[in-house]
Amino acid sequence: MANSLKGEVIRLYKNLLYLGRDYPQGFVYFRGRLKAAFMKNKDVTDPDKIKKLVARGDFVIKELEALYFLRKYRAMKKRYYEPEK
Amino acid sequence: MSGRVLVGVKRVIDYAVKIRVKPDNSGVVTDGVKHSMNPFCEIAVEEAVKLKEKKLIKEVVAVSCGPQQSQETIRTALAMGADRGIHVEVSGKDYEALGPLQVSKILAALAKKEEAQLVILGKQAIDDDCNQTGQMTAALLDWPQGTFASEVSLEGDKVKVVREIDGGLETIKINTPAVLTADLRLNTPRYATLPNIMKAKKKKVVNMKPADLGVDVATRLEVLRVDEPPQRQAGVKVETVEDLVGKLKETGRI
Repeated sequence: MANSLKGEVIRLYKNLLYLGRDYPQGFVYFRGRLKAAFMKNKDVTDPDKIKKLVARGDFVIKELEALYFLRKYRAMKKRYYEPEK
Repeated sequence: MSGRVLVGVKRVIDYAVKIRVKPDNSGVVTDGVKHSMNPFCEIAVEEAVKLKEKKLIKEVVAVSCGPQQSQETIRTALAMGADRGIHVEVSGKDYEALGPLQVSKILAALAKKEEAQLVILGKQAIDDDCNQTGQMTAALLDWPQGTFASEVSLEGDKVKVVREIDGGLETIKINTPAVLTADLRLNTPRYATLPNIMKAKKKKVVNMKPADLGVDVATRLEVLRVDEPPQRQAGVKVETVEDLVGKLKETGRI
């Protein structure tokens, strides 16, 4: 594996791991799934393929941020605002 | 016109945590419980950072009052884009008694000291649900206030604020300096990502005590007891219409 890509992959893993601390089903659940997802692709050596997988990981980060925002927004709305008719 | 915005951030028990009351009814359990920034404060920080990104203001200063751990909350605000932080350290007995009046005194003193053009706060915290700090700060400073803001736009030395009120929206125009409090629909706060948290560690956080600002944090309130909300009673199944009517009569509903 090219060294520059190795750094990218580790960065992605760390960022995802950090996001996992807020995961609704708990950090342990998230960490297990995250590790499995990375291990599944451990034999990938083609740089183009790795780049694609990293891009997919970055997309997952965006999705998780959106998920957390919506979850919080809905909780606040339910607690503090009248249901809309 | 200093172009400086003061944003108040509060460290509260995370919204997703189930709150437990202490067995002696003196308060809620906070030890070993996950804390995070009050969601409404996140909205306030986001609004200030957005104003800065539009180059309408120059500097965003995040303030938090509380124990040592409040620094983490300030870090989160810095990671979201605030420029520097001020930690007003209040701990122990004083922290337990810290209420909206004490915090608004601290914020008012800081707003004067920093010559802030705007003070942006969350409309309320999700722990005590007081919804008083913004109003009290404005009163102590004798500044105009735009509370429950769902839209904010700077127009020269005036601010146009669209406020959420019962059954609709109200648009007001107030002079600066002013105090604004953020409502839920003002914006969508960004997530404090790991790289940004790391970068935020380089930003400056000044530590001070309420006494440095000449503020007395003595409280005039006494908490008598804290109770959990009443539990919902279990329902009963009825076999026939007669049973149902009988039960309803029994409980005095009909």
